Amino acid sequence: MNGLAPRPLTRWVISILVGLFFAVPLLATFLFTLRDGEGYSLVNWTTLFAPENAALLAPVWTGLGNSLILALVTVIIVLLLLTPTMILVSLRFPTLRRAFEFVALLPISIPAIVLVVGLAPIYLQIGRTLGTGAWTLAFAYGVLVLPFAYRSIQASIDAIDMKTLSEAARTLGAGWITIVLRVLAPNLRQGLLAGSLISVAVVLGEFTIASLLNRQVLQTALVVVNKIDAFSAAIFTLLALAFAFVLLLIIGRAGRAGSGRTSS
Amino acid sequence: MTQTPVHPGPGQDQVTRPVASEPPAPARRGAAPRWLAAVGLVPFAAYLLLFLLLPTVLAIGSGLVDGDGAFTLANIAALGDPVILMTFGNSTWLSVLTALIGAVVGAGVCYALLGLPETGVVRTLVDAASGVLAQFGGVMLAFAWIATIGIQGIVTQALAAGFGIDLFADGAWIYALPGLILPYVYFQVPLMVITFMPAMNALKPQWAEANLTLGGTRAGFWRTIGIPVLAPSFFASLLLLFANAFSSYATAAALASQGSQIVPLQIRTALTSETLLGRENLAGALALGMIVVVAIVMWGYSLVQRRAARWQA
Repeated sequence: MNGLAPRPLTRWVISILVGLFFAVPLLATFLFTLRDGEGYSLVNWTTLFAPENAALLAPVWTGLGNSLILALVTVIIVLLLLTPTMILVSLRFPTLRRAFEFVALLPISIPAIVLVVGLAPIYLQIGRTLGTGAWTLAFAYGVLVLPFAYRSIQASIDAIDMKTLSEAARTLGAGWITIVLRVLAPNLRQGLLAGSLISVAVVLGEFTIASLLNRQVLQTALVVVNKIDAFSAAIFTLLALAFAFVLLLIIGRAGRAGSGRTSS
Repeated sequence: MTQTPVHPGPGQDQVTRPVASEPPAPARRGAAPRWLAAVGLVPFAAYLLLFLLLPTVLAIGSGLVDGDGAFTLANIAALGDPVILMTFGNSTWLSVLTALIGAVVGAGVCYALLGLPETGVVRTLVDAASGVLAQFGGVMLAFAWIATIGIQGIVTQALAAGFGIDLFADGAWIYALPGLILPYVYFQVPLMVITFMPAMNALKPQWAEANLTLGGTRAGFWRTIGIPVLAPSFFASLLLLFANAFSSYATAAALASQGSQIVPLQIRTALTSETLLGRENLAGALALGMIVVVAIVMWGYSLVQRRAARWQA
């Protein structure tokens, strides 16, 4: 028992009070989805996929599909653009590390609502050259996830001795591509996994940029559906929050497994 | 490349070697020359230039030009308009209030979590839940609160049926500015847990033991050691929470579908309706005003955080 820990009573009082504050809206949302006009039943859940609801929920499926495509392209940006650059910086340009970190964390200090003002004219141009496909939004999302992905991947980079690993591989005759793909990437897998999952979570929850650029993604679709049928919107809210929670749980477990392995 | 000293990262205990102790690196097999390696930085640099730097410059710059692209300060002058000043005022008090509540309650949660094993079930669950609510909730948190204390909300109706209390006796405040307070607190507290917990963890149990050994009390420990050590981290987190609330858009947009009581919603109005207050490019001016506020707060954050880091070695 450590001397800093609060008394059990204090711990319980705080946990119960704060726990209640956080549980009530989620429980209320769940009860809300059970309303069927007279009493409570599972009818809103069971009829979610019924044919008569297909038209109502069409925006959600379109939005969800677009969000999944965006999540995929964003993860590709993280893995194929950000990660190689981070490896290059830490191996060849260690003096740039502080500056790189500053830039990578910068999007935290630039509100998305400010970014969207400047993105609007850029996406006007992108629309003319690359088309208005849903995936183009991933360029903007890559910037949004940058601080989160950077932190996860950098933690893995700090935990391994990349210099020795790459020099050993090079001595044994490996080329750069082999080194990155078969030596470094497997050693960074915890960070790459965490960075990818957190990017997926950020993309699935993004609303600001999509909404103001008039794109259809999961969150904008929820707002549309909420105006017609609040029950379906509430159900999808609970499902999406639960999904993000599971993603973050996996990240937490992965991070811990990783740190446990390197310290042993 | 071998002569470049390794930057000692947090996870490495490597000693940086003096540059001269190694022979100049020969062009080894597979080692690209430095200029060629620098080319590898270009794609990412170009990407950031296009999608981070350019939008920021455009957002700020557009506030400084008129409809024809000529330089003007008229849009900036619009920031002095009473309506705009009021939205900045609203944003500020909403952010200050929810940052204060979030920081105090969040610090309480961190205190309650002290002493629990970091890899234990409770900490893992709290970490994941905090992450979801602090960073990915947005629109969905607004829905949850509408389902709770909206006009048709579960709690609203339960209070009306059980206690005869009408939550909305004074009007539908949930869709106005006061309605933002609870949803904002709902994501501010988890953010405080995420940002403040590392500082709490850095408190050393030995300090508490030393204090007790020397005859100090538990309350005395917090008064003379714990709180002074944590104060810089607390203020840094408070500033971060302020910036977070100030720049948050999604929750407010989903709750208040009409009206523009806070700056982000005013930007929405300025973006979607061409002229506001008879001015073009007002969105840019608002964005500039916002980024100035957030930049000052984040600058303060990094100053305080640097001082706070002293105890987290």
